[in-house]
Amino acid sequence: MKERLQELQQEALSKVEEAVTLADLQEIRVAYMGKKGPITEVLRGMGKLSKEERPVIGELANKVREAIADELDQKKAKLEDAELEKKLAEETIDVTLPGRPVQVGGPHLLTSIVEEIEDLFIGMGFEIREGPEVETDYYNFEALNLPKGHPARDMQDSFYITEDLLLRTHTSPVQARTMGEYNGSQPVKMICPGKVYRRDTDDATHSHQFTQVEGLYVDKDVRMSDLKGVLNRFAKQMFGEEREIRLRPSFFPFTEPSVEMDISCKVCNGNGCSVCKGTGWIEILGGGMVHPRVLEMAGYDPKVYNGFAFGMGPERIAMLKYGVDDIRHFYTNDIRFLKQYHKA
Amino acid sequence: MFVSLNWLKNYIDIGSISPEELAEKITKTGIEVEGIEYVAEKSSNVVVGLVESCEKHPNADKLNLCQVNVGDEVLQIICGAPNIAKGQKVAVAKPGAVLPGNFKIKKAKLRGVESNGMICSLQELGIEEKFVPKEVADGIFVFPEDVEVGADALQLLNLDDAILELGLTPNRSDALSMLGVAYEVAAILDVPIHLPEEAVETGKEQAADYVEVKVDAPDLNPYYGAFVIKDIKVGPSPLWMRNYLIAAGIRPINNVVDITNYVLLEYGQPLHAFDFDDFGSKEIVVRRAEQDEKIITLDNQERSLTSDHLVITNGQTATALAGVMGGANSEVSDQTTTVLLEAAYFSPVAVRTASKDHGLRSESSTRFEKGVDPDRVKRAGKRACQLLSKYANGTVLSGVVEFDQLDKSEATVEIKRSNINARLGTEINNDEIADILRKLNFTYNQNDEAFTIQVPTRRQDITIFEDMVEEVARIYGYDNLPFTLPQGASQAGGLTNLQQLKRDVKHYFESAGLMETITYSLTTKERVDLIVSPEIKEQSVTPVELSMPMSEEHSTLRLSMLPEMLDSLSYNSARKQSNLAYYEVGTVFVSQQEKITKQPNELLRAAGALTGAWLAHPWQQEKKVVDFFLVKGIVEGLFTKLNITAEYKQANIEGMHPGRTAQIFTSGTPIGFIGQVHPKLQKAYDLADTYIFDIDLDYIFSIHQNEPNFIKIPRYPSVSRDIALVVDEDVLAGDVRSTIQSVGGDLVKEVGVFDVYQGEHLQQGKKSLAFNLLYLDPERTLKDEEVEASYKAILEAVKEAHQAELRG
Repeated sequence: MKERLQELQQEALSKVEEAVTLADLQEIRVAYMGKKGPITEVLRGMGKLSKEERPVIGELANKVREAIADELDQKKAKLEDAELEKKLAEETIDVTLPGRPVQVGGPHLLTSIVEEIEDLFIGMGFEIREGPEVETDYYNFEALNLPKGHPARDMQDSFYITEDLLLRTHTSPVQARTMGEYNGSQPVKMICPGKVYRRDTDDATHSHQFTQVEGLYVDKDVRMSDLKGVLNRFAKQMFGEEREIRLRPSFFPFTEPSVEMDISCKVCNGNGCSVCKGTGWIEILGGGMVHPRVLEMAGYDPKVYNGFAFGMGPERIAMLKYGVDDIRHFYTNDIRFLKQYHKA
Repeated sequence: MFVSLNWLKNYIDIGSISPEELAEKITKTGIEVEGIEYVAEKSSNVVVGLVESCEKHPNADKLNLCQVNVGDEVLQIICGAPNIAKGQKVAVAKPGAVLPGNFKIKKAKLRGVESNGMICSLQELGIEEKFVPKEVADGIFVFPEDVEVGADALQLLNLDDAILELGLTPNRSDALSMLGVAYEVAAILDVPIHLPEEAVETGKEQAADYVEVKVDAPDLNPYYGAFVIKDIKVGPSPLWMRNYLIAAGIRPINNVVDITNYVLLEYGQPLHAFDFDDFGSKEIVVRRAEQDEKIITLDNQERSLTSDHLVITNGQTATALAGVMGGANSEVSDQTTTVLLEAAYFSPVAVRTASKDHGLRSESSTRFEKGVDPDRVKRAGKRACQLLSKYANGTVLSGVVEFDQLDKSEATVEIKRSNINARLGTEINNDEIADILRKLNFTYNQNDEAFTIQVPTRRQDITIFEDMVEEVARIYGYDNLPFTLPQGASQAGGLTNLQQLKRDVKHYFESAGLMETITYSLTTKERVDLIVSPEIKEQSVTPVELSMPMSEEHSTLRLSMLPEMLDSLSYNSARKQSNLAYYEVGTVFVSQQEKITKQPNELLRAAGALTGAWLAHPWQQEKKVVDFFLVKGIVEGLFTKLNITAEYKQANIEGMHPGRTAQIFTSGTPIGFIGQVHPKLQKAYDLADTYIFDIDLDYIFSIHQNEPNFIKIPRYPSVSRDIALVVDEDVLAGDVRSTIQSVGGDLVKEVGVFDVYQGEHLQQGKKSLAFNLLYLDPERTLKDEEVEASYKAILEAVKEAHQAELRG
């Protein structure tokens, strides 16, 4: 009997060994382990055995069963793995084919620049103010120390609607409006981005509509060195830490002293090239200390309050920063242009 | 303003500084140097030659064979200039010379005869045609007799000069004169200034015996001075003067005219010379012109005047348009022997009006317009007399006949060191301030830290403390100011809710696949109401137009961003870019007045336009073209994001497809529209099917709830039921859905449309609409009977309201 069981084990294991499909294994399992299988049959004949032999043979029979079951399980796992591998191999795709496109939108380059400027000044404690694009002569000119007949009005030929209404030529009227609103009684720290309009014929460097960002800080004891410090911080964040700034005296009716700010040319690192016309410097913005007349007209006592103001053109900044060669690109909305700058 | 450095050296010693270094210093101190011009930068080897003989070329009619003595040798030169003659002193480019344009002079043979150099015209030496004196414009230049043979001709013609081009801001009109520039550069370099000679020996006769001066409009002409100079011999002015005028961009004419121009440039004071004998009387009357009074000016134009214009008259007829241009009737000519010289102060307003009205901008008018230095008016007249005496043989009559109500007082400005430092953020000491004032040539009294400054009249731009702050700062150097940050109480900067919402809306559209555009606010009169949202059309009475547009293209303020956006689509599609999804957030301008007197309302809106393919994935055979529901989905997404409930109603809007356009409402308030552009308009713009929207952001921002309230996440299961209904084909899904929603009440959380069918399995004129209903009570588990009861009630209601039958 013992021999018979060992023989069966041998026989079953070699069949498992030979099996190639899961079905084969199932067949073997049924054939050897089932109730009608040979092992059961052997066990049925145990009645004929002696008391001493019975447990020995019983134990052996269980070992044989276990051995076969183990082998069957192991083989089954192996075959299942092989089958899965085969299936996966069949499922292989060409990963180099293009994916289904998703529509990707994005902001206009000018919006990106304006928001960058906004965020930068918000970080320095400025608020964002807005104002009307159709302005009164008073806010656009007179409140900014540009009375009727002032020669500097020539500098910004305007689109008038009536004698008193015009498309604003700069965002500076928002300064006057904000100061008026604060009524001479509290500090003002704001920037105002917006569209402005001038009587220019559109060409590569002129546009009858363009964007401006104006800044104003009014408080007690504001120093010109503060203007220099704030603009320096702006320039470095906007154009890179390695850029230097310089201020030059200039003239605007609404500031005194007035400045123009240059940054060191990025192309030649200040050594002089065609971009900076050999000077090593590129003009970026204008500003100055708020003219006492402007403060006075807005209800601020120039003996108590003073401040600084500045204005810049996002188009010019974009042109310098990204090498855009024609201001009209900003308004033509050529998709091939817009797509170059959508950083979503 | 063009500044010849050689000329400037007459007043100050600029030392060995290079033109570039000087330009950099001037720019940094306040006047931008826009360019440096070297007239004969690359020229060399041009000398004065004496034409010893001049004969016809044996083989050419128009050429002359000259023997020219250039000092160390005699050169045979062939010359084609018509004005060449024996005995002339001319500019000779010797073999080996280089002329502008890198033109090298070599020995050559012309028609078989050797030529060893070239006799030059001024143009060939690099002077612009328009500045070349007329008498030598068509030929070679001839030097005055007193020049030395063999001398450097480039130097004699001042072509070794460097000319700085100053870009002057309107406040610095003091630098519209060589003296003004000299004061500026003297301050920068800290050198003394030498003023020109004004003293002149006068004749015995009195000018007052020759002429009287009467001013009828002292407000426009507070000073008028008349000088009389006899025995004038009109001829060429000295070479150096001609050179300087050319360098400054003025063409030399004759000594009298050149001297007035020279003094204009030197002092910044325009002068006018009349021919005394042609003046027509012994009386100068300055008055406002009569209405329609006529004058023929020097340029031979007849001009019609008004009482805004100031004229110089002989008591009867106008002889000059004051400060702008003289009259042809009294012009100085070659025959002039007695000159009546005018040195006057004309008010900026009078001159600006006249120069604008007549389109005449001259060196004179630009200076008067900015306001000339009151102190230099009479002095300039004297300086001109001195030059006329010296270079035009003039005898200056004694005295000046004048009318004088001119305010020549100097402004007084007080500054304190501490105030200056507080404003600039510097630590400048008293001595430094005193030193800056000395460099500027300003007189002052100092009392410890207080300075009382007498501002010279040449600096009309300085009247208040702040002006002096700038003067001190710019001489001290803007570069020397420290970098500081504001020391006031800091506040938190940030965006307002509305500003944040605007950014959110933009980001939403971008994440939905739309590209932001920025179009012009000014459109054409025709396009302005091409497609306008109904609620805007309702409010707008007249589109806002410019009173004087530059072009029809940009003449009217937009009522919608769409017309210009369609134009952008069209632009792209003409360049084979036809799949486009654009949006813009911007303002439109609505006036509720027939005739505008108030600022229009500026309304914030979002508009979009989509055309062409939305999704193209060819290898998987997928292609989705933009349609109504794609665009509606984008708009619905925006409303979901902003928590706005919107209703859509079929609408007829001009410019839109009548069957595919919906007006949008929220709680009954119109907030825009969505739909397909009318096919006729699509054709006009050469566009494929194009869907657009235009939404009122102001209103939806105003009802937007900023802080969302927390809604509990439901803990009980929901029950889903489908219902398929057969209705007449013109029944709107939205209406059926509303009925379901209203009957379903709070239990029905969502009603979705999942199928729309029309076709062979249904009766003609019928369609099937299938809805999915989601039942939910957040507080408990729903019972089957409740859902069943609600479902039945809904069926009853849709049958009643829409004759809907349950689809079998």
